[in-house]
Amino acid sequence: MRKTVPLTIVFASGIFMLAVFFVPHRRVQDTSQVLLEWDLVVWTCALFLSGLNLFIVNAKKVRRKERDWGYKVVLLVAFLTTLVTGLAWGVRAGTPFMFIYESMMRPLQATMFALLAFFISSAAYRAFRARTREAALLLAAGLIVMLGRIPIGDMIWHRIPVITDWIMSYPNMAAQRGILMGASLGAIATALRMLVGVERGYFGGEG
Amino acid sequence: MLRVTQGESEVTVGRERLRAVSIVVCLAVVAGAGSAKTQEAGLAPPRSVRAEDQPNDDGSALSLTWQLSLDDGERAQLVTVYRILRATDAAGPFEEVRSVGAGTDRFMDTDVSDTLRYFYIVQATDGIRSADSEVVGPVTPASNWFHTGRVNILIPIALFSIILFYFVWKATRGIDLFIRRIAGLNAVDEAIGRATEMGRPILFVPGIGDMSYPQTIASVSILRRVARRAAEYDTALVMPNYDPIVFTVAQEVVQGSYVDAGRPDAFNPESVRFLTSDQFGFAAGVDGIMQRERPGAIFLLGYFMAESLILAETGYSTGAIQIAGTAELAQLPFFVTACDYTLIGEELYAASAYLSREPMLVASTKGQDSGKLLIMILIIMGVVLETLGITNLTTWLTVR
Repeated sequence: MRKTVPLTIVFASGIFMLAVFFVPHRRVQDTSQVLLEWDLVVWTCALFLSGLNLFIVNAKKVRRKERDWGYKVVLLVAFLTTLVTGLAWGVRAGTPFMFIYESMMRPLQATMFALLAFFISSAAYRAFRARTREAALLLAAGLIVMLGRIPIGDMIWHRIPVITDWIMSYPNMAAQRGILMGASLGAIATALRMLVGVERGYFGGEG
Repeated sequence: MLRVTQGESEVTVGRERLRAVSIVVCLAVVAGAGSAKTQEAGLAPPRSVRAEDQPNDDGSALSLTWQLSLDDGERAQLVTVYRILRATDAAGPFEEVRSVGAGTDRFMDTDVSDTLRYFYIVQATDGIRSADSEVVGPVTPASNWFHTGRVNILIPIALFSIILFYFVWKATRGIDLFIRRIAGLNAVDEAIGRATEMGRPILFVPGIGDMSYPQTIASVSILRRVARRAAEYDTALVMPNYDPIVFTVAQEVVQGSYVDAGRPDAFNPESVRFLTSDQFGFAAGVDGIMQRERPGAIFLLGYFMAESLILAETGYSTGAIQIAGTAELAQLPFFVTACDYTLIGEELYAASAYLSREPMLVASTKGQDSGKLLIMILIIMGVVLETLGITNLTTWLTVR
């Protein structure tokens, strides 16, 4: 019973949502909208639990004065400040919440994103070491594509951008589409396995 | 006399010239009057107006088509706008629904109810004069029970499902099925073993997708296996989460795995934690965990976007063995570069079957391979037919 009820719900809702794609009738579409709203309600409840978990896990570490507990204090203060300002003054422009978002969150997000430039450099350095035949091929293709994307490539030899386009349009595109088709079939197979209850990995305990 | 005669003759010629001029003037006046009469008649109206139910919808649209007015085209460019007038009775009153520019011969009315009947007039206008088409209708929008334009999707899905269930049926009869070796999945136990030997935790990151992403579902299936091994080896597991629902599911899965392994007491509720639903905030949090807790094995499995390289490179710098897997094409090169093993696309979905060796799951993976074979055959057929100038197959397969 502990497994039968959830499996039945998964089967029924899965089949229904699949049918929504093929049945444009208003009744079916309206019902699917209701189900999507339920999903939102479930998500909101889960968000509450998640926030509670974040607070409890870090508060315990501060209380026990575990290693690096100072960072947890910063996290808790930031969490509570953002929560209180959001609840007290709302999230419209000009409120303290938006001040925190604009002057702290966004610069921090941009900083993390900017780190990608450095990570790409270090990853490219490792990827382009021509230790094997395949790596040498990758290096050669990478160099041609990089040169073909900048004006100096055309100045060195006018055919470099043409070769770049060929690499991107044929071998690269063929590989990408191959992966995409395999992945799409995998996704459909996973969905079907879930629908018929063969795939139970998302259940706790013996599925 | 002669002079007089000549004079009379000149007078006669003058009279005839006058008559000729008068006739020309009269003709010109008549012609002008005729022209003015044409202008007063107004513009030519739109022709062959048709109002129909929009097919394959939920009954919220009607489609109108018409032939352009004779005064809207290369010969005459007098029409500037077509007004769409609508009424629920043939006698009116007709109200304007929308205007469309000259040269337009269709309109879709999406502000309709499937409980009412509608009549339409298409009115051509040049800003001063106007010409109405005949009244068309009644027409009522209908809610359709099947989207006929999606038959080309339904048939392949049905075919694929039949193949899949055929292999599952074969598995129930005890027929042994072979799956090729997947290095990244073989390394799962090795990575957990290494973390255990080093006395370091295992870090499992399910990506930034929610539970509606098949990649996240596949990731959670692998988590179940990893958590069970972690419980058996008594190795700490750390799992930061981006999505609240994935967090609650993961908590249940990890706790269940510890129970399955016979170690419910070893389950630490703090091991599965929620971080944030902010993409780069999550990346910063996971990077912090990597730097502080120094995991021995890192699993990056699921849906990833720009944070993939930030996480993989930080993991690389800690010296942990890294197993990554995603179906996101743009992130795969980053994982291949920075991680020890990468599950590419379908390998991620095959993971639960491969790791558990459960006959039913293995069978579905075999079905997946047969689906690929079917697609390959279709591609070859498509190439041959297109080369021969036969476009029916590719046209039918095009998603509309």
